[in-house]
Amino acid sequence: MNLEYKVEGGDFTSAGLASSQIKKILKQLNVDPAVIKRVVIALYEAEVNIVAHAYRGVIKAQIDGGGINLTLEDEGPGIPDVEMAMTPGFSTASKAVREMGFGAGMGLPNISENADDFKIDTIVGQGTTLRIGIKFR
Amino acid sequence: MSRTTYNRALEILDDVCIGCSHCMKVCPTEALRVSAGKAVIHADWCIDCGECYRICPNRAIRVMDDDFKQIYNYKYRVLLVPSVFFAQFEDSVPREKIYQIIGELGFTEVCAVEQSVDSLTDEVNEYVKNAQKPVISSFCPAVIRLIQVRFPSLVDHIMQLLPPIEITAQYYKNKFAKAGIPDGELGIFYLTPCIAKIAAVKSPVGGYTSPINGVINMDFFFNKVYLAYKQRLPVSGNISINGELSSKGILYPTTGGESANVEGRTLAIDGMSNVIDFLEILENEEIDGVDFLELRACDQSCAGGILSHRNRFLTAESMKKYAATAPDYHKLTLDYQRYTSAVIHMDRIEPRSMVKYDRDIDAALQKMERARELRELFPGIDCGACGAPSCEALAEDIVKGQSEINACIFLRTLYEKRGELPLEEAIKIMERIWGRTRFDKRF
Repeated sequence: MNLEYKVEGGDFTSAGLASSQIKKILKQLNVDPAVIKRVVIALYEAEVNIVAHAYRGVIKAQIDGGGINLTLEDEGPGIPDVEMAMTPGFSTASKAVREMGFGAGMGLPNISENADDFKIDTIVGQGTTLRIGIKFR
Repeated sequence: MSRTTYNRALEILDDVCIGCSHCMKVCPTEALRVSAGKAVIHADWCIDCGECYRICPNRAIRVMDDDFKQIYNYKYRVLLVPSVFFAQFEDSVPREKIYQIIGELGFTEVCAVEQSVDSLTDEVNEYVKNAQKPVISSFCPAVIRLIQVRFPSLVDHIMQLLPPIEITAQYYKNKFAKAGIPDGELGIFYLTPCIAKIAAVKSPVGGYTSPINGVINMDFFFNKVYLAYKQRLPVSGNISINGELSSKGILYPTTGGESANVEGRTLAIDGMSNVIDFLEILENEEIDGVDFLELRACDQSCAGGILSHRNRFLTAESMKKYAATAPDYHKLTLDYQRYTSAVIHMDRIEPRSMVKYDRDIDAALQKMERARELRELFPGIDCGACGAPSCEALAEDIVKGQSEINACIFLRTLYEKRGELPLEEAIKIMERIWGRTRFDKRF
């Protein structure tokens, strides 16, 4: 099954919609709650990253009996130093974003920790693509 | 529809049900359908919240309470009365009088359910310190069942401490055992303001067996007591009254009455849809730093209980007034404390899967994809004319072979307009859903 969601940069009030919808589907498929939790954490973090840092993005989810593959492709500033961004606690989020309770760092390491497969492709000035794979069993 | 694996506390009376579908529309787990003109409950999905009972305009849903006469199977008959019961009466009816009448109606002893609250509160605070946060209260059985069915990933947040009713019941069992009274002679009965508590006593969660012997419907019992009061039934004063209760205990079943006693950051949320909304975002990992959640299925908590007949705001107000006259601690608190910690724990609560499509994930995926395609065909107005609560639910039912595309009145009209569906066939479909005699009426 293939699903697609659009994400707008700066639209915090709608952030979490894709993870909510995907959560609902995985629950209906009787996927192990512990696995769903990992998907939701990883996807929510990644979704909020697009809202907080990029101009816009598309989330694609591909679900089969074995697991879920998520691709989050954004048009945005890109990540100049991926290694730095993968460091727990590191954050480039603006003050305004932090005041809303987002952008405290931990985004990427947290995603990676919850994913079975995790890949970042980023081009500075163009955007970032995250690939997150989580197996059901 | 499906096998009954859970003890349901409500039942649809087929001879009374007119298949009006009101219940179907309010069920928080979409466990109801209309078929052959009657409401049908999907037992595995029912959480005994009683929303269907509350809304049924025909009183076609029966509460599976216990026959009142069975209290006489016991020599000692203890009634555990919740504080919300006294609030069913106008403030001018004296509590003492209510106690006396309960005695005349057959009980040998009456005890306040929330007597155990004071010692429980200390245990809760100790528990919350070391548990996975936020801790979700185990007080409301409808909420526990909602989490088991709709939010299985959150079951480990449910506090593994028994609710006050069970602790008080255990206290009584222990008290009578100590007095040398044989087990079979003591009957402990619970007067319930809600349906979910019947299910909680009959089929408890967390590897626990309740010592409560029977559950009495508060709506039914209120009428009995109030009638006796109005008719000035003479009282002999033979009942032993254990009304020891603190203000904390009285307020416990009201909204905020539980969370107010828990240290740290707490929230009190009442009303089924509010609880569901909050559990959704909790499940999405959007909530941080909350220590304790008091979640109650009914608006105004037990004051708005399904079997509480009085206006919920007046009931809650009465309870607050009662609490204002009660002491901060009661005399039996120490006695409860002495052995509460030994009996208070329960096991982890297991999730109950809804099995929306199929147990096999590949089959489930296929069915889900088909259901998504079907949903595109339906009008999305959730009219319920198909006998399912929503277009989404109809699509699910169809892929499971439990309904048909033509059940949708909009699609059917479209097919009729195109001349693809004869009128007789359309009528037959409606009769399958709404009953064979439904369209025979002459006006």
